[in-house]
Amino acid sequence: MATPQTNNTLDVGAIRKDFPILGREIKEGVPLVYLDSAASSQKPSQVIHAMSRFYETEYANVHRGIHTLAEEATAAFESAREKVARFVGAESPRQLIFTRNATEAINLVAHSWGRANLQDGDRVLLTQMEHHSNIVPWQMLAAELGFTIDYAPMTEDHRIDLERYGQMLEQGPKLVGFTQMSNVLGTINPVARMTEMAHGAGAVVLVDGAQSVPHMAVNVAELDVDFLVFSAHKMCGPTGIGALYGRRELLEEMPPFMGGGEMIKRVQFDSFTVTELPSKFEAGTPPIAQAVGFGAAVDYISNLGMPAIRQHEQEMIERALDQLEEVPGVRIYGPAAEHKGAVAAFTLSDAHPHDIAEILDRRGVAVRAGHHCAMPLHEKLGLPATTRASFYLYNTSDEIDSLIEGLYDVKKVFA
Amino acid sequence: MDDLYREQIIDRYKNPQMRGRLDPHDYTYEDDNPLCGDRIRIDLRVDDEGRINEAAFSGDGCAISQAAADLLTERVVGMSLEEVKSYTKDELIEMLGIDLGPVRMKCALLSLKVLKAGVYGLDELEEELASL
Ligand SMILES: Cc1ncc(COP(=O)(O)O)c(C=O)c1O
Repeated sequence: MATPQTNNTLDVGAIRKDFPILGREIKEGVPLVYLDSAASSQKPSQVIHAMSRFYETEYANVHRGIHTLAEEATAAFESAREKVARFVGAESPRQLIFTRNATEAINLVAHSWGRANLQDGDRVLLTQMEHHSNIVPWQMLAAELGFTIDYAPMTEDHRIDLERYGQMLEQGPKLVGFTQMSNVLGTINPVARMTEMAHGAGAVVLVDGAQSVPHMAVNVAELDVDFLVFSAHKMCGPTGIGALYGRRELLEEMPPFMGGGEMIKRVQFDSFTVTELPSKFEAGTPPIAQAVGFGAAVDYISNLGMPAIRQHEQEMIERALDQLEEVPGVRIYGPAAEHKGAVAAFTLSDAHPHDIAEILDRRGVAVRAGHHCAMPLHEKLGLPATTRASFYLYNTSDEIDSLIEGLYDVKKVFA
Repeated sequence: MDDLYREQIIDRYKNPQMRGRLDPHDYTYEDDNPLCGDRIRIDLRVDDEGRINEAAFSGDGCAISQAAADLLTERVVGMSLEEVKSYTKDELIEMLGIDLGPVRMKCALLSLKVLKAGVYGLDELEEELASL
């Protein structure tokens, strides 16, 4: 079942056969060219089958029954947690909380850790390249508690400005939150370095791994981060599940996020006691089959090898940037290929990104147009919107050619 | 080559007739379509009899939204405010002369929403505006 692996390169032809949807046509004779994996990745049959097999043979609610199915389902759910925890290098699966997605994981930290630790006069330091999900939860909490949010700026070439970042750390933020990889610029931030600097200033560090964990080896122990969040759906897994990794001392001290079943040890009419990690943060029936799918997704990409995936994407983005630069009128945003992941955001003369995406779709080329949930970043770039092509382990250089040909169609319409 | 990007649409997008600001104005309103970032503002001047004698739009966005705004602001000059109220989305779509899917429909109708909200306020036409 698993795709055989040789050396450190991907057999993209074999991989594509694992993804049934990549075989479809958008319309008669026009195959799908899926360049929107940064929004959400497609799913291999290994993941789809793991979930349907689970529903067909082992499904029951978890942690609450003593019948055979309940035990099997619980074992499958907890084994998925172990896989995901190991995948990001967590010391223990108890430090890996299942959430709905990366967004919910950030909200969990904001509501639980933030409410217990932040107050009027405090500072939180983010960066200018954050996704709305790492901005708005902090803004909501700041409106309530009265702390100040600062945004570390970028250099001319759209990398984090470490000098300014260092200066802003001197203001003593209690929490520093930043993305490991920008979903627009593709910028890969130096997480270990930024974390070390933030710890030196006494801050707790939250890293948004929504775009990095699917595409490169990420190890919380090596990076020494306090919190890491990510979503299964961007890494070949299902929607409806994501994860929060947290440093154990922090998680232990944090108050629960939501209340309900599963997160309690004992409830009386006038009080409750909270249970242990990770259940403390997982009120209610969790996304059980989705966890199984998440585990299968982690198996799938680990089996291919994260270094091999990164290598393939590096080749893809180098090629894509080279070819895009040759199209007259194209302007690319973000740093040079060696500093970024496989995301290319661009504009094309005065064609609006929405129109570009529409015309590309006629060739079956799926890209995203808009502000990509990073409106402050686009404001900084002075643009209302960009077009974004993003690549993953199943994309080929032929698909880059289709993108480029489509851009010439756009130029024809708007000539 | 194209059903959506007819010559009229591309021409209006590239060479708008009604783009600008009116200052002072009798009515102005601005709104955006957060899905794709289209943004449109419409300014109107109205004569003593309640007829629109000048109109202009500004903003940015896709060809469909901007061409629709250009055509609509041109169309409303000479109309009474009552006529603006009863101007329907079907009339606008017919004027555009293109087939629109649900996503692009939002782009096309943004200017009508801005126009009506500007003249009548969001509350009065709440039901109708919600459907645009
Ligand atoms: C950098 C980044 N952070 C966070 C998110 C939020 O992910 P989700 O919508 O799965 O919560 C995304 C997804 O678009 C992202 O690209």
